[in-house]
Amino acid sequence: MAAKLLGERIKRKEDPRLIQGRAHYVDDIKLVGMLHLAFVRSPYGHARLTAINTGAARNAPGVVAVFTGEDLKGRLGFVPCAVEMDGLKIPEHPCLAIGEVRYVGEPVAAVVATGRYLAADAAALVEVDYDMLPAVTSMEQALEKGSPLVHESLGDNLAFVAKIEGGDWKSVEADPSLKVIRQRMINQRLGPMAIETRGVIASYSPGEDTLTVWSSTQIPHLLKTHLAILNKMDESRCRVIAPEVGGAFGSKLNVYGEEGVACFASRQLGKPVKWIEGRRENLAGTIHGRDQIDDVEIYAKPDGTVVGLKCFILADLGAYHQFLTPGIPTLTAMMVLGCYNIKNVFVETKGVFTNKMATDAYRGAGRPEATYIIERAMDLVARELGMDPVDVRMKNFPAPGKDIVLPTGVNYDTANYQKTLKKVLKLSGYSKLRKEQVRLRKKGKLLGIGLSTYVEICAMGPSSRMPAGGWESGTVRVEPTGKVTVLTGASPHGQGEETSFAQIVAGELGIPYDDVTVFHGDTAQVPMGIGTFGSRATAVGGSAIYYAAQRIKKKMARIAAHKLEIKPGEVVFADGKLQSKDGSKSVAFTEIVTEAYYARQLPPGVEPGLSELYVFEPPNFTYPFGAHVAVTEIDAQTGEVSLRNYFAVDDCGRILNPMLVDGQVHGGLAQGIGQALWEELIYDENGQLLTGTLMDYAMPRARQFPWFETANTETRTPVNPLGVKGVGEAGTIGSTPALVNSVVDAMSAFGVRHIDMPLKPEKIWVHLKQGAMPGRDAA
Amino acid sequence: MIPESFEYHVPKTVDEAARMAAEFADDGKVLAGGHSLIPMMKLRLASPKHLIDLGRVEGLKYIREADGKIEIGALTTHFQAEYATLLKEKCPLLPETARAIGDVQVRNKGTIGGSLAHADPAADWPAAALALDAELKTVSTSGERWIPVSEFFVDLLTTSMNPGEILTAIRFPALPVRSGDAYAKHAHPASGFAVVGVAARVTLDEKGIVEKARVGVTGVSSKAYRASSVEAAITGKAPSSKNLDTASLHAVDGIDLNGDLYASAEYRGHLAKVYTARALALAVERAGGK
Repeated sequence: MAAKLLGERIKRKEDPRLIQGRAHYVDDIKLVGMLHLAFVRSPYGHARLTAINTGAARNAPGVVAVFTGEDLKGRLGFVPCAVEMDGLKIPEHPCLAIGEVRYVGEPVAAVVATGRYLAADAAALVEVDYDMLPAVTSMEQALEKGSPLVHESLGDNLAFVAKIEGGDWKSVEADPSLKVIRQRMINQRLGPMAIETRGVIASYSPGEDTLTVWSSTQIPHLLKTHLAILNKMDESRCRVIAPEVGGAFGSKLNVYGEEGVACFASRQLGKPVKWIEGRRENLAGTIHGRDQIDDVEIYAKPDGTVVGLKCFILADLGAYHQFLTPGIPTLTAMMVLGCYNIKNVFVETKGVFTNKMATDAYRGAGRPEATYIIERAMDLVARELGMDPVDVRMKNFPAPGKDIVLPTGVNYDTANYQKTLKKVLKLSGYSKLRKEQVRLRKKGKLLGIGLSTYVEICAMGPSSRMPAGGWESGTVRVEPTGKVTVLTGASPHGQGEETSFAQIVAGELGIPYDDVTVFHGDTAQVPMGIGTFGSRATAVGGSAIYYAAQRIKKKMARIAAHKLEIKPGEVVFADGKLQSKDGSKSVAFTEIVTEAYYARQLPPGVEPGLSELYVFEPPNFTYPFGAHVAVTEIDAQTGEVSLRNYFAVDDCGRILNPMLVDGQVHGGLAQGIGQALWEELIYDENGQLLTGTLMDYAMPRARQFPWFETANTETRTPVNPLGVKGVGEAGTIGSTPALVNSVVDAMSAFGVRHIDMPLKPEKIWVHLKQGAMPGRDAA
Repeated sequence: MIPESFEYHVPKTVDEAARMAAEFADDGKVLAGGHSLIPMMKLRLASPKHLIDLGRVEGLKYIREADGKIEIGALTTHFQAEYATLLKEKCPLLPETARAIGDVQVRNKGTIGGSLAHADPAADWPAAALALDAELKTVSTSGERWIPVSEFFVDLLTTSMNPGEILTAIRFPALPVRSGDAYAKHAHPASGFAVVGVAARVTLDEKGIVEKARVGVTGVSSKAYRASSVEAAITGKAPSSKNLDTASLHAVDGIDLNGDLYASAEYRGHLAKVYTARALALAVERAGGK
């Protein structure tokens, strides 16, 4: 019974409190004497700060303090960047601007008042004199000589250049039989747009000299370390709690200036200080995602074999680095060959400073860009050679297997790309769709069929390849009553690990699922961990839990064996009992627990108590993959795109709870399709954010989607004991190119090769109005 | 996303509301649902010192038939208009328009009077009001008057209502015999407002020729308008799809077209023509023509 828990479609333990509105997010927490923080933000993309007059604000009702960058100088540290790279320029990033503002939304002053509204009113009274400086928002312009400089002290706007080269380019370039296909692809800037904006409460107790911080974060432990450093405090006296977190998608995998300022203000004033981000602040001042210009060159044999890929990546980093900013485009470079056996690769990545908000990890973080490049490229090859996109993909897949090493240096754990592709072709009725497409075209109707066969990099990751540790901690503690507490250093925020980790532990210990409770997010309760991002929580954090459970089992088996007079290796955990393999001897689970705590008859050498910590260090990343088919219809009069069907076959390794996997895939698809069709953050040439509210920035809506038809294959990974690969980002990574390939496929009747995202109807109409569709039957 | 402070007033009767509207004519705003005004206040684009909430005023939420016309109280929500049986039978353009507004939450709170008085150039109701030759009733301390819709919309967010006047009801002619209504809309993917919204009412004569056509267009320009050249071009003609298409080419005649990040002026003009043809075709079909 218990052993069946893994793989079961079990409802989430988290949902009742969330659905009933009984969960506690940061803004639900109210402390006695709590003050409220509001920020004055730059309305300009680039300007010198000549004067800040805080007099009127200080005198406004309820105002307790006003701080500017000058006030924090030397007293509060800089916003950290965790990435180390050769030659990487890291400009100082103050929590409040000093001397100059470099993007719209940059915090300039902080107002603390007795109420949130009073703080906002007083913030409007802070007078800031700006001396306008020329802004630069185009990456290509930023790299030209004589461009305005985002950071004058750096001398130019180039933050780094990184290269990956593999194979034998001399022979590739000398081969005249190869077709060379070139395409520029723009991967537009997006807003992660968690439903809960950021929020923080900092509460400093002067008597105890302790700082407690509630923050809507993905990384409570790392945040604690960095807030201690920023505030020059003893880390032992700092505690961070991530309460309920209403989504993040990478945007809360960060240490933000506002968090630093809240701590500073609380320490200065000796009172709790709360800051809740507004949605407009969220659009302008929470990290953005994507924003690359990718110039791709593909070298293919006439039979469709792709022998080489070159890619020149320009990555818009924004004005400053946030926690992982420069690391994101390097993931694009690593993954740019996708799931294809391409022998020669050259990627040059340039990170560019512009007068915009920083980019950083947004669901997929570098891999959606890579997948978009290679999946669009494979369609371009098919188009150029007159082949079906399926055939080009099949031709270039490596044979199913293990340890597939690519010239980019990545080592795919296990792969069977043929299997997922075949499955999605069957699920979608691909060949029938192609026939329907031909039929409809004759009637002047535009049907698009788009494929994407992706591979991504997950379960981040071995510490050797990570900026700040890639391991994860898991603690399993059997309480004296026999109930089990699980503590995970990963800090889930919507993924459902309170459920899946309980499944793992209950299954291992042979006890009821309801007897296991999973806690996370409080650094005072949970041993140091890394966090939830990069589809790592189950593969790395779940594995730590699994091993911690093994340690518990080993200890309990020793105690039970002593009691039952059998060997520890013969003890089986099932149905709330520890028993001999043949079942002839057994003892209740709770009886062994009692023995562990009363410690009257413990075998020699066994410590009392039942609490085990395990820190799991994965030997490699995992590489989940999948195959998607998007079917679109284009309105031939207006260019409007409607998504008729979506088929997704994902292989995320072993599935612990299919319902959680479905949830991740569905949400991921919505976000990936959102990028393809609607979402786009636009700055003008002065650095003004033109899509600064949700009236302009188009988030996907449920009604815009058909029923997603999803399925899985399960290719387990040897990288961790559970065989799981991760699925948090798969939907987002796979779906964007499938959508664009689908629309371009429909528009191929008009000779269209490529359209940049988002696929707004006007961009399609521009092609439609240029001429009649060839091959259409006369009306 | 926090408004400046304001005083909040809750009148219970139309008279009381009118007195308040007069008193705060200079720095007050009337709240009737709040799906445009409140967001503007939160962005501090509007900062009225006095907010007069009509939400508790008796007798402004109704849909009734009087003198062969349909009269709707200004505080009637979009949702109520969407599901009113009387409207479905007698004036189907209104529920069809209501259904196209925003999302369920917006339709539950937003009101027809609030929307019309706000005169957002991309709101849906103005197109329907224009296509139906609606009349709008206002009340002030100096009495009441009915304003024909042709005189109501002046410019962007501007109506011909005087300071101190409150919109209390809107009157629409019921659907005549051999007539059909239709609303066709291209919604902005973020805001849900009309990039183009076209409302049409078509009446056919006994031979199936277009006897009368009314077309209201929203989203396209600084205010909603009646596409008179389209109406003229199709009146007296057979409603063939060719004739409808040709007439619809006049949908933006003489109009100064809006362009924005989502749709250029040229594309918007194109959409207006296509959606006019679609609204007309659907209205004709519903009128019993083909």
